[in-house]
Amino acid sequence: MEHTVREEQGKLVVSFGGEVDLEHSPKAREVLLECVAKERDIFVDLSGVSYIDSSGVASLVEAFQSTRKQGTGFSLVAVNPAAMRVLELARLDKIFTIHDTLAEGLGGGA
Amino acid sequence: MSEPSASHLLELRVPARAAELKRIREAVREVVGGCGCSAESTADIVLALDEACQNIIRHAYAGDPDDVIELTIERRDNELIFSLTDFAPPIDPDRVKPRDLDDVRPGGLGTHFIRRVMDETDFVPPPSGSGNLLRMVRRID
Repeated sequence: MEHTVREEQGKLVVSFGGEVDLEHSPKAREVLLECVAKERDIFVDLSGVSYIDSSGVASLVEAFQSTRKQGTGFSLVAVNPAAMRVLELARLDKIFTIHDTLAEGLGGGA
Repeated sequence: MSEPSASHLLELRVPARAAELKRIREAVREVVGGCGCSAESTADIVLALDEACQNIIRHAYAGDPDDVIELTIERRDNELIFSLTDFAPPIDPDRVKPRDLDDVRPGGLGTHFIRRVMDETDFVPPPSGSGNLLRMVRRID
C-alpha cells in the first residue's frame, strides 16, 4: 500500500494506492486519523486502490465517524471499481459522500 | 445416486499471518479465475476467502503467528467448494454472525462479506477432530 497526503485549496487530500488489506490497514487508519486531528475537510482518493478488505473499510468508517463528531467534511473521490464493489457489498456507497473526481469534490466541498 | 466426484484444484498450507494473505488471495484468484468465473465474481470470492482467513488470524488464533491455515479448493460440477481449516480451540458458530449493516461502525463486516458472496457457509466437524473447518460453496456463474 502506498499513500500521500497533500493540501489543495485548504483541504487535505489523502491518496491511497495498492492493496489496503489486514497487513496495511493499520497504517491507513493512522494516516486517516492524523488527518482527522487537523480538523480540516478530508478527501480520500481511492483511484489507485486495487483491493480493500473489511479492515480497510473499517479505517474509512472510523475516520468518517470522527469527522462527523467534530463537524468537518469527509468524502471519497475517484473510487476504483474494485474498491467501489466492496463499499457496495457493505452498503456504504450510500453512507459515504463519493465524488467522481477530486475537482468535482473540491468544487462542492467535502 | 452417488455424488459426482470432485476435482481438487488447490491445497495450500500457510502461516496464519496478515503478511500471508496476499499469497492466499493470489492463489485463490488464479484458481477461481481459471474456472470461468467472471472478473467480478472472482474478486468477490477472493474477498470472501481473505475475510474468512482474517477471522482465523484475528479471532480463532488471536494473532499467534506460529499457527497455520489450510485451504483446499475443489470443483464439483458447477460448484466451487472452499474448505478452510485451522487448529485453534473450537469456536462457537453462533458467535460468528454478520452484523446489521444499518448499524454503521468500523468493524464486523468480514462475516457479512462471506455470507453475501458464498451460496453456502457452514462450520463442519474437522476430520482430525480438533480445530475448526469452515466449508463454503459458491456456484460458478
